[in-house]
Amino acid sequence: MLDTGSEQAFVAFERVQKSYDGETLVVKDLNLDIAKGEFLTMLGPSGSGKTTCLMMLAGFETATHGEIRLQGKEINNIPPHKRGIGMVFQNYALFPHMTVAENLSFPLEVRKIGKSERETKIKRALDMVQMGQFGGRRPAQLSGGQQQRIALARALVFEPELVLMDEPLGALDKQLRETLQFEITRLAHDLGITVVYVTHDQTEALTMSDRVAVFDDGRIQQLAAPDALYEEPQNSFVAQFIGENNTLHGTVKQMGKESCTVELASGEVIEALPVNVSQVGDRTLVSIRPERVEIDPAPGTMEHTLDAEVKEFIYMGDVFRTRLAVAGKDDFVVKTRNRANQTRLRPGQKIRIGWMPQDCRALDP
Amino acid sequence: MADATTGPDQFTGPTPDNAIREADRAGRTEPMVAADGTPLKRSLNRALRRQKLRALALISPLLIFILVTFVAPIADMLFRSVENQIVSETLPRTVVALEDWDGTGVPDEEVFRALAADLVVAEELKNHTRLGSRLNYEMTGMSSLMRQTGRDVDEIGEVLTDQFVELDPAWEEPATWVSLMARDGWVEDQAEWVAAAEEAEAAQDAAATPEERRALAFDEPEPTFRVSDAAQEAFPRTARIYGQFADITQTEDEDSPTEEEPWNIVYQALYEDLSAGTAQGYDGPEADLVARSEAAVSDFDAPSVRSFFVDEIDEDWADPEVWGTIQAFSSPYTAGYFLSAVDLKLTPDGIEAQDADQSIYILLFERTMFMSLTIMFSCILLGYPIAFLLSNLPMRTSNLLLILVLLPFWTSLLVRTSAWKVLLQQQGVINDILVWIGLVSDTNRLALINNQTGTIIAMTHILLPFMILPLYSVMKTIPPSYVRAAKSLGATNWTAFWRVYFPQSVPGIGAGCILVFILSIGYYITPELVGGTTGTFISNRIAYHISSSLNWGLAAALGTILLVLVLALYYLYDRIVGIDNVSLG
Repeated sequence: MLDTGSEQAFVAFERVQKSYDGETLVVKDLNLDIAKGEFLTMLGPSGSGKTTCLMMLAGFETATHGEIRLQGKEINNIPPHKRGIGMVFQNYALFPHMTVAENLSFPLEVRKIGKSERETKIKRALDMVQMGQFGGRRPAQLSGGQQQRIALARALVFEPELVLMDEPLGALDKQLRETLQFEITRLAHDLGITVVYVTHDQTEALTMSDRVAVFDDGRIQQLAAPDALYEEPQNSFVAQFIGENNTLHGTVKQMGKESCTVELASGEVIEALPVNVSQVGDRTLVSIRPERVEIDPAPGTMEHTLDAEVKEFIYMGDVFRTRLAVAGKDDFVVKTRNRANQTRLRPGQKIRIGWMPQDCRALDP
Repeated sequence: MADATTGPDQFTGPTPDNAIREADRAGRTEPMVAADGTPLKRSLNRALRRQKLRALALISPLLIFILVTFVAPIADMLFRSVENQIVSETLPRTVVALEDWDGTGVPDEEVFRALAADLVVAEELKNHTRLGSRLNYEMTGMSSLMRQTGRDVDEIGEVLTDQFVELDPAWEEPATWVSLMARDGWVEDQAEWVAAAEEAEAAQDAAATPEERRALAFDEPEPTFRVSDAAQEAFPRTARIYGQFADITQTEDEDSPTEEEPWNIVYQALYEDLSAGTAQGYDGPEADLVARSEAAVSDFDAPSVRSFFVDEIDEDWADPEVWGTIQAFSSPYTAGYFLSAVDLKLTPDGIEAQDADQSIYILLFERTMFMSLTIMFSCILLGYPIAFLLSNLPMRTSNLLLILVLLPFWTSLLVRTSAWKVLLQQQGVINDILVWIGLVSDTNRLALINNQTGTIIAMTHILLPFMILPLYSVMKTIPPSYVRAAKSLGATNWTAFWRVYFPQSVPGIGAGCILVFILSIGYYITPELVGGTTGTFISNRIAYHISSSLNWGLAAALGTILLVLVLALYYLYDRIVGIDNVSLG
């Protein structure tokens, strides 16, 4: 976990716990520092506590235990409207009885900003999301994407330094989502604001964030930059949650510093990078990314090769996805790029597969 | 407006924008045609016709039920508010004769003669008491006047009857009258009918078994009596009254005019006709008798009908106001009920304000309005927080509480209202508690029932669910994220509520207000039971006129005004709030 000193952290969660019913903890001992200007994503399956964390930061939920600090100041007891945090909701939450301009004017009016200044700011915010001509419309007259742009503009119009986004693109179609992902990151970068973004879409998390906090079971499982998260998952949950992953069960036979030997359930022995296994005899889950597996590698290039049988071949356009039976499991997936002379495998074909030991990570079972 | 291809988001699905653009485009081109060249609109209509017919067939049972049991009675009731045919139907001659009366003094003999003829017929048909009740709404005393007159009116003309009979006993014979008055051939038809009846009777007597006897029963009615054209021309009044006499004898008394001596008033009419000289040169049946009688009538002692009415029956007949009332309400349709309903009255001199001690309806309308509004606002005040709470609680709890809200519906309205009587009376629970706490002294107990306070308390309680339910169902649809968004944007709790939550709950308030207001404006049972004299509504007055005073016309007029008032308020509401802003959830 990144250890920035609490003093310079822009947002800090310290030993935060949250329980709704007094029996179970939804958030268990959360420690998280967010730097100024950072784009941090909270990623996790539903019920993992990520939205609760966001709501505690926004002030709509109170922490049962622990401290939340904003710019070094404890905000646990500050009501939401005094926190000055912009927020974008999944259902946009645009006020249906107000026009777009009135929606944007609302945060400025409650801050008692003069009319002319309000108009300048509204115009600037609308232009920022390229919705300049839509000021007179009602939210119901806009499409989902347009509404989300307005919601974004409204969260930014009063120039908060911290903006929270709760699955803002969840209700949009794929293409629109990608356009808006790009725009949100661009805006966040241009304006230099700090963004805490909640999503359950890992692609979104990986493409947008500076750092991603993977939540599960009320804890941060891993907090890291997107590439580190993907390349070096710290435990099997993260490995399986982020991207596609092949897993093989086994037992540690030999333990070294840089590598260990794992005997698979089927009896074959492979070498892997020890990540969170500590001693010989530990049960482990070995994970290998589908794109790091070679099919019929040239002899001598790969340290380990295993026998495999093709079960299914799926054409996906840019990649081929081949399902294999390997080491007694038949859900081993290999992804190969669609190159000019790439051979297409047929179900039933017997092949050999191989990978480099550093791509093969021995994790907790 | 941005074009579809240059907008920030390129949509393929239907958006409002697209629909507008589509409409623009469609407006510019020729009407769309279907594949076979017929206009698209027409082929669409044809395609939908079956569907529409089926929909109509499905609702038709309800539609017919509503038309028969709801729309028709209401239309009939509303019609009664202007209907006034009873005067012109019961007093046809008098109404015509009164047209020339100038409204001052006592009308002349001619009018009294007409009145006598009308009233004799009305008395025979027992219509004069109904007329009396009708006119009594406009002028007290008319009912007893009519009843009194009905008792004595058949004496008019008695003196003349005696003189005619004295002149020639033939006048006493029904046969004389029949031959004088009947249309050509009626006498023969009647004789045939009598013969047929006798034959049937004889056959019946001869019959052996009761069954046969029954089969031979003669049940044909006597041929309908009609006055001849000649008689009508020679004796217009006599013919008219005799025609009515014959008709009543045949239909009401089931007798034959050939066997009944005419009423005294017929002799009176005969005297009038003969004096008027219209029978000169009459050459029909009994011409000789008529000629002799005509020569004699100038020597007859004919007492004045007018003085008989005034001196013998009731001196009120000399009162111009009585006649004014009859004249004012002689037209078949009248605004009189509506005028009464707004504390005005129709007098011979035009429209005047009702006497202060009788004007009650404006006050009642105002009170109904005021109390309905008060009840509506109390319902908002009490219901809004409850609905707010309900909509923000978890489903399980809110459902339980909702059952509590609906609980009153499971007990009879009468029981609930009576319970309020127990609670609110001076020796009741609430007063006892207040005295016990020391808020009011024992000698100074609050009057909470049989007045406006009682009605407002009881009705607010009864109508509260009608406010809570629409409010709740609307509030349920307001996502909590709106208020959260408002707070995150810097609004205080109050601002977030007032500027974001409240406007979105307005449709629920609107629906609740309309429900509560319209229900309370026509409420009857509760004000009747707990309203006393100061807490009653216009509906109680309507009920009184329907069931006690039987002045249905006035009840209908009051009901119509109430309906118009509600519709006007509804229209006003639509203009101010907008009816599409009403939602039941």
